[in-house]
Amino acid sequence: MSARRRLSLGERLVIAAPYLWIGAFFLAPMLLVAKISVSQSALARPPYRPIFEFSDSLADIWSKAQNFTLDSYRALISDTLYVESYLSSLTIAAVSTLITLIVAYPFALAMARAPERMRPILIGLAAAPFWTSFLIRVYAWIALLKDEGLINNALIALGVISAPLQMFATPGAVVVGIVYSYLPFMLLPLYAALERQDPSLREAAADLGASPAQVFLRVTLPLSREGVIAGALLVFIPAVGEFVIPDLLGGSETLMIGRTLWNDFFSNHDWPAASAAAIALVALLMIPLLLWERARLREGERAQ
Amino acid sequence: MNAPLLSITNVSKKFGAVVALEDVSLHVGAGEFFALLGPSGCGKTTLMRCIAGFESPDSGTIALNGLDLSGVPPYRRPVNMMFQSYALFPHLNVFENIAFGLRRKGETRDAIEARVSELLAMTQLSNFGHRRIDELSGGQKQRVALARALAPRPKMLLLDEPLGALDRKLREETQFQLKEIQRLMQTSFVIVTHDQDEALALADRIAVMRAGRVEQVAGPMEIYDKPATRFVAGFVGETNFIEGRLERNGGAAALVAEFGRIPCEPCDLPDGARATLSVRPERIGVAREGEGIAGLVENFVFRGETTLLRVRVAENVVLRAAAGYGERHAIGDPVRLSFPPDAGALLAEEPGDEGRNERAAQ
Repeated sequence: MSARRRLSLGERLVIAAPYLWIGAFFLAPMLLVAKISVSQSALARPPYRPIFEFSDSLADIWSKAQNFTLDSYRALISDTLYVESYLSSLTIAAVSTLITLIVAYPFALAMARAPERMRPILIGLAAAPFWTSFLIRVYAWIALLKDEGLINNALIALGVISAPLQMFATPGAVVVGIVYSYLPFMLLPLYAALERQDPSLREAAADLGASPAQVFLRVTLPLSREGVIAGALLVFIPAVGEFVIPDLLGGSETLMIGRTLWNDFFSNHDWPAASAAAIALVALLMIPLLLWERARLREGERAQ
Repeated sequence: MNAPLLSITNVSKKFGAVVALEDVSLHVGAGEFFALLGPSGCGKTTLMRCIAGFESPDSGTIALNGLDLSGVPPYRRPVNMMFQSYALFPHLNVFENIAFGLRRKGETRDAIEARVSELLAMTQLSNFGHRRIDELSGGQKQRVALARALAPRPKMLLLDEPLGALDRKLREETQFQLKEIQRLMQTSFVIVTHDQDEALALADRIAVMRAGRVEQVAGPMEIYDKPATRFVAGFVGETNFIEGRLERNGGAAALVAEFGRIPCEPCDLPDGARATLSVRPERIGVAREGEGIAGLVENFVFRGETTLLRVRVAENVVLRAAAGYGERHAIGDPVRLSFPPDAGALLAEEPGDEGRNERAAQ
């Protein structure tokens, strides 16, 4: 390691900028939500107690903090609605992530193996959905999936089915919506990982007797691990907390934590419960991230 | 030579409009160390990739042990390749890299363990089995690549510029190791190289290639002493090209150049034919006086065991001659150059050959 050098003020500011950004726009709101989550629900405006005032002395704040309660967190565990919402969210997100991976991998592979001058065009096409509103694209799926939608009408016209299939307002519709919406987030890290791979590695594997399937399983796939993990996290984490897609496509039957949270907040005006649900969700999502970080660190140590 | 293990017959290959191989025919014997030598773009790598199965020839056949390989995918060919970039698997350790080919063959755990240990020992990597690839030095990677390619006991090992990425000192050491390993393994090695020293040092026989064609196939000494074409003479080692007219007088022959008469060995060329004689600098005798062609030392370079002189023998002809150790010549000294009859190789005039041989003397 090089000797430590005192940083100039300018350098410190540059380094501090992202931390300040995260502090102001992520950490501070997070603390606010955490505070509400341990407050008591009340019929008031805002609907929780205690409220800190700017005029509070430290002693006031301390005495008010005595009123903090973990009731909202207890409710998360005891209320089956929350437990079911979490489990259903995790299941839907996990299934969606898996399907997204399976759908995206061949695309990413084809992009990475396409002639070099074609690749920027293909990346552009992969990102093309971003040019239209996310909301409109999800609405479009209603037109496709509903009972008298395009898919059902086409199938009936072809005589494949006689009565429309119930596709709209099911968990399956939510999975379809998530897979469709998040595909680019899986595709791009996968493409990046596959495009980096040295083609001579595949030739070497084939030369040593690996059939095309073995080359894929033994070389291509393991070497794309970083891309698979990055893509899976980019899809899974927002999918767990997804609100718009289950709200539009899921119908009233599909429980997802994002919707439960929204209902608590806006319909039940139970801010502490909603805040506790949000904090618990963040904690839940940190676990896979931390595990991944730890695995990476361990690998890094081994490489030393 | 033993019965040919590899037979390449009339192989041609084009990439678009670029001719990579043109009517190449070669044979490599079992247990032979064979070199494909040529400048970059001569088709040597394409030929190797055709043998490995990564490219398929447009026409002609490649047969191993008499079995036509066309249509056989790389993973079913009993031929392994050591890649120029080594192409070691970064997600596997040294042991698993070497074991890769054995696992694909479905060998037992014990057999794999034994074979990998044997190869690790042979390549002096015994304590490196658990190392990751990115923890190895260049020389160690090179040895892992060699061990990995040898592990499945291929009938033939292809080596693409195996020493290209090593520094000079390591290269010489590795040449000896490679020769030793080849001798122990009794496997045919086919090496692709643009380095004439490497080819001369390692190979039993060398095919010199140019522009998709094989110019000459012969042992290293014959390639050096009796190059078949002007290109081979110029590409392998240093040489002087002396142009003149052949004069045959019974059994004896001589080349009459503008600056004198140089005796040469009997040949098939008719009397009076235009010909070029390729003479290596060290085959020209240098003396202060006596018989021989007179010239003036124009310049010299001390090279340790010899001193390379540039001797002007005519107004527009400068020859390079190597004076032995201990002989001192100064710029401007008059010298006499003598040519033993077997010093040179007589080359028939080829159309359009002029100016192609950058390495050769004018």
